[in-house]
Parts: sequence; structure tokens; C-alpha cells
Amino acid sequence: MQRMKQNALAVYAWFERRLQLEGPVKDAVLHQVPRQTASWWYVFGSAAFTLLFLQIFTGVLLALVYVPAAGEAWTSLNVLNHQIPLGWFLRAMHGWGSNFMVAIVLIHMAQVFLFGAYKFPRELTWILGVFLLLMTLGMAFTGQVLRFDQDAYWGLGIGASIMSRVPFIGGGLVHLLLGGPIIAGSTLSRFFALHVFVIPGALLLFVFLHVWMVLKLGVNDWPMPGRVVRRTTYMEEYHHLSHTDGIPFVPGAFWKDLIFSGAILAAVAVCAVVFGPFGPGGRPDPSIIQTVPKPDFFFLWIYTILSYLPPQMETPFLLIVPLLAIAILLALPLIAAEGEKSWHRRPVAVLVVSTVAVCWGVLTQLGTSTPWSPHMSAWSGDPLPVNYIHKATPLVRQGAVVFQAKQCRNCHSIGGSGGERGPALDMVATRLTIDQMRFKVVTGGGNMPAYGKNLSPPEIEALVSFLETLHPANEPPAYDASKRTVEALMPANGTGPVNNSRADSGATP
Amino acid sequence: MSNMTYPAKPQPTDPGVDTATTPAETRLVSRRWMLFKAGIALNGFVGLVLAVPVLRYLLAPWRKDTSFNSWVSLGPLDMFPTGETRLAYYKNPSHNSWDGETDNVACYVRREGTNQFKVFAINCAHLGCPVRWFPQSQLFMCPCHGGVYYADGSRASGPPERGLFTYSWQIISGELQVDAGQMPTLSNTAKLVTISTRSGDSKCSG
Repeated sequence: MQRMKQNALAVYAWFERRLQLEGPVKDAVLHQVPRQTASWWYVFGSAAFTLLFLQIFTGVLLALVYVPAAGEAWTSLNVLNHQIPLGWFLRAMHGWGSNFMVAIVLIHMAQVFLFGAYKFPRELTWILGVFLLLMTLGMAFTGQVLRFDQDAYWGLGIGASIMSRVPFIGGGLVHLLLGGPIIAGSTLSRFFALHVFVIPGALLLFVFLHVWMVLKLGVNDWPMPGRVVRRTTYMEEYHHLSHTDGIPFVPGAFWKDLIFSGAILAAVAVCAVVFGPFGPGGRPDPSIIQTVPKPDFFFLWIYTILSYLPPQMETPFLLIVPLLAIAILLALPLIAAEGEKSWHRRPVAVLVVSTVAVCWGVLTQLGTSTPWSPHMSAWSGDPLPVNYIHKATPLVRQGAVVFQAKQCRNCHSIGGSGGERGPALDMVATRLTIDQMRFKVVTGGGNMPAYGKNLSPPEIEALVSFLETLHPANEPPAYDASKRTVEALMPANGTGPVNNSRADSGATP
Repeated sequence: MSNMTYPAKPQPTDPGVDTATTPAETRLVSRRWMLFKAGIALNGFVGLVLAVPVLRYLLAPWRKDTSFNSWVSLGPLDMFPTGETRLAYYKNPSHNSWDGETDNVACYVRREGTNQFKVFAINCAHLGCPVRWFPQSQLFMCPCHGGVYYADGSRASGPPERGLFTYSWQIISGELQVDAGQMPTLSNTAKLVTISTRSGDSKCSG
């Protein structure tokens, strides 16, 4: 036993004599950090690091089977899902690992921001971190493209359409993005190169520098109200803090990182087993147009913004705001390198993070339900509730048929089903008079197309007759007050002005 | 910044006057530095020269719009009944054997008269999603952000800034041909078109 131990030590010594890693590793492992940084709040960076390696590991395993060619990629993904033993599990790990990585990186960023950790002397660590965030999002998007299905195909189309809005060089940029004039084989090849070589290479280099600086500059001290960062005194104060009230990084602070990383890996695995891999969805065949493309979870908020922006604001917004946001993030540590770190003394920082979080949550929620999209099959798939036409006249029933057949239902819901693009029409007669409804149907307006050319006059009459019945039994339909006044002034035997509206007849006393 | 307790950084030494060397060695060292600089200059020059083919290679897809296009047939004229809008397909003129199904492109053909056509791109003018034709209401609807177009391709409602993209067409020996080759986007088609919002249609002004 003793002899074996001696042999092992000799082997270690042989390697150490050549590698000479013991010194730097000991320095990194045993350096003093302030006691309070051994906190559960400080585990997100190391978890992101762990997830990066999970992604590299599972990515290499997937690349053993995946074929990065437009004609074969979709099939090879299905082979991974269904034929290779546990191929589905590795795809699921890679997909969920990606979602977890984006989430953890964002949480890490919010935490670093709220704890003022970007201030002197860690400005560059933050700046590299901003690039790491962008690269993580870049990996998420290019990864979505490699899952070469309908969503990937049309997602690329959206990317190309955004790119095409760049003035002057938009066309060239689209061709560069797609590797040619259309989304095709060259497009997938270049996204494969980006996802597998270019971005991961840069990511690893930046992560190395990011972690290097964390080790060299020390973990950010716990922000205390009143402990103000000054360039002139900070280094001394930090040194004092970490040496009078410090602990060695390992194991003092590191055990929490280890446990959290392990828990995150386990969570990814549980999600992978329970929810399975993402797609692939429909075949990437652009001639199949019965599709409702949607981006992956972390890009849903952009999808929502693109729907709600006024048309004339869209191009400037798309081209300027992302650059502005990145510039602000990069400039932040240079502008606010000194001062209070504690969130107790930085109400604006807290407000910014909570506002961004709430906006992001709302936009993502809207992106999940997409109330702005017409329901393409509502007109044929969602029958009209029977009670709406129970005692209806033939004209009203004809109107209900027009309502269904002309796809009104795709944008307007009735009885709780149908599109949400336009308002629900269950009580429309209480809001609009029959004349207003006729006008709206014929001329459209707002987000509604004009149906004047697409409906014959009898169809319009039938339709508005049906719409006029859409009011609660105890609430009369809307009426034109001025018209009633005119009628009251006229002789009662019907020789007054031509009344082509039946809206008033029910409501007139 | 000056009072930082960073580890003292060694002052850069002037290579020409290396204090550690005796005056006799100065000349030798300065020669080494000169050769070192020459080495950097040589590598910089070679790098620049090599960057030219690399850039040319990377920018290969950056070509004039017209260089991608050519006339492709959508099929015989009797495939398209007068007064109707039909989905038609073509294989993109520039394609590779490894494109799979991605070079199958769909478009909408509207026959307005015996020899009068309008050919619309499938891609919504907003963000390129595939629009769907509803013959009952005579509308194109986009599933992504709810853009809607009239039968003549003009914008009806929603986020698009303009009507549907159109292809140039011609009739050659009883077949309808379109000038196709690249994904229609605002950068390659928009400049030809007068943008109209409500009733107008998207006529080519060029």
C-alpha cells in the first residue's frame, strides 16, 4: 500500500516537473475571497460555465450523427430521435441545456448588475460578459436554424427580412446571411459553421478571459450600503477585506457553485426526460405553406414587438434599438465605474431590472398566445354556437353563413372561439349601430380589411342583420340618437325620411 | 488611476538602449529588434495579401440582384383559370444538389384576363412568412403577425408597409414564365414599387 502511494506520487511528480501547473492552480484555488461572497447569489456564473461545457459535450455527440446538409438535416434529426438509442435524450439535453444556459446567463447578468459587480476594477469583465451574452443568444438562434424544420426555415426568412431593411447594403447582407439568393443548402452550411466553429471558438476565448479576470481581480465583495467604490482606494479596501475577513475560494465559496451546477445539470436532465427533445417540426419545404412559424422561447418577445410596432416605426426600431441597447450595456461600467454598489442605494437600477423583467415577461406571454395572428382555420373549424341562431330569421341565418364563410371568424371570436386579432363580436350590436357596422364592413379601417369589393350587397345586408342580433337579451342594440329625433318630428304614418335601418325598430319605445 | 495597487508594471524599455547590455552589445540588440520588426512587417504584409482572397471568398454571395434571376416556367396557361388565384411552384433557377426541398418555391398566380396575370410572392412583405389565400373572402392572410392583402396584392391591414411582392411575368409558347431567383425582400423589390397603403395596388414604377 505504502509502495503504491509512493509510486503514485512519483508519477505525479514526473508530470508536475514537466507541466508545472501546481503553482498557478494552487494560486487560483486558494486565493482569499471576502467571506460574504460565499453566497448562493454568486453561483450563476459558474452554472453558466458548466452549461457551456454540457453544450459542447452534447453538441459533439450530436455532430457524430447530424448531417449539416439542407437535404438531409431533417431526416438525420429524425434518425437521432427515433433510431439511434437515446439519441432523443441527447437532443433533449442539448435543447434544454440551451434554454437553461440563456436563462442562467440572463439571471447572472441581472445579479451582477444589481450587485454593482461591473464597477471598478471589473469593467472589462462586464464588457466581455456582454459579448458572452450576445454569443449565447447567437448560439441559440443558430442552433434553432440547425434544427432544420419549418420554423427554422421561416425563422431564417424573418432574419433575412430584417436584414433587408438596412439601407443601401441590405440586399448584400441578405445574400451574405443566406449564403446565396434563397434559403437553401448554403444557408444551412454557413449556420453550421457559425454554430459549431466560429461562435463557440470566440465563446471559449471570451469565457477564458472572463474567468481569468474573476480569479485575478477576486470575486465581487458583498455590496454594503455606504461602502462606496473609488478607483483610488478600492483595491486596498478589497485586499484588506479579503485578508482580514476572507476565506480560501476553494472550498469556502466553491462548494455552493459545485452543488448548484450539479443541481442545474440534474434539472436539465429531468426536463430532457420529461419533456423530450425540441422538434424537428414539419419538413423544411417552402412549398408547404400550411404552417404557422414561431421562434423559440427566448425570441418570442421580439416576435411580439414586431407585431405591435406601427409599420412606419418598424425599420428604424429594428436597426437602431438593438445597437443602442448593446452600446448602453457596453458603456455602463465605463460611465458608472464608481459609487454605491448596494441595491439599497440604487433605486434606478432596481427599477430598470424590474421593468425589463416585467416587459420581457409580458411580451413573451403575448408571443405565446399571439392574439394578433388570425386563426387560419377558425372559419371552418369553429362552429357558431347554436344559441346564437336559435330563433333567427332566414336573413340572419344567411348572415351567419356569410360570417363563417368569409373568414370573419379568423380574426373575430364568437362564443369564446376564433381569432383575437379583432374584437370579440358577442356583443357588437351594443357598441355599433347597424349603419356603423355596415360602414365598417364595407370600408374596413384600423386593422380590418375593407370587404366592400369582396361581398355582394345582399351578403352585406345579411351579415349586418346577423351582427345586429349579437347583444344580450336584456341590453338593447345601439341606436342612432339623431335619427330617432328626426323620426319623432316626422308624421307617424311613415312618410318621413327613408329609414333603411332596422336598428332602431326594436329599441324605439 | 495612478494610485491603484496593481502589481508594479515593468516600464517598457527602449529596445535601442537596453540598459542590461553593455555599450558594445547595443548594436547587436538593436539589429535583433530591427529584424524582429521586419518579421512583424513581413507577417503583416503577407496577412494583408492573404486577406484579399479570403474576403473575396467570404463576399462571394454578395452579387447584383439581377445575377441570380432568370425566367422559369410555372406551367401551361390553362393551369390558371381566369379570375382565380392559384398556388404555383417552380424550382429556383440557381440551386445545388444538396438543397433538398428548399429550392421548391411557391407563388400565387392571379389570372385577371386572357393574357393578363399577376404573380405574387408567397412571402409577406412584413417579415417573409408564407401568406395564405382565402378565395371565399378574396384575401391573403399572414399567420405570423396578421398582415392581410386584397386579391390584387395591395395591403389591406396589419403591419406590412406595402402590398405583396410581385414577379415580372411573360408568356412563352403557351406557358407562364416568371423572372425569379431570389427571396423577395424589401431590399430587392421594394425600390421598384410605389408603396401604397389602402386602395392602391403595388404597380412597378420601373
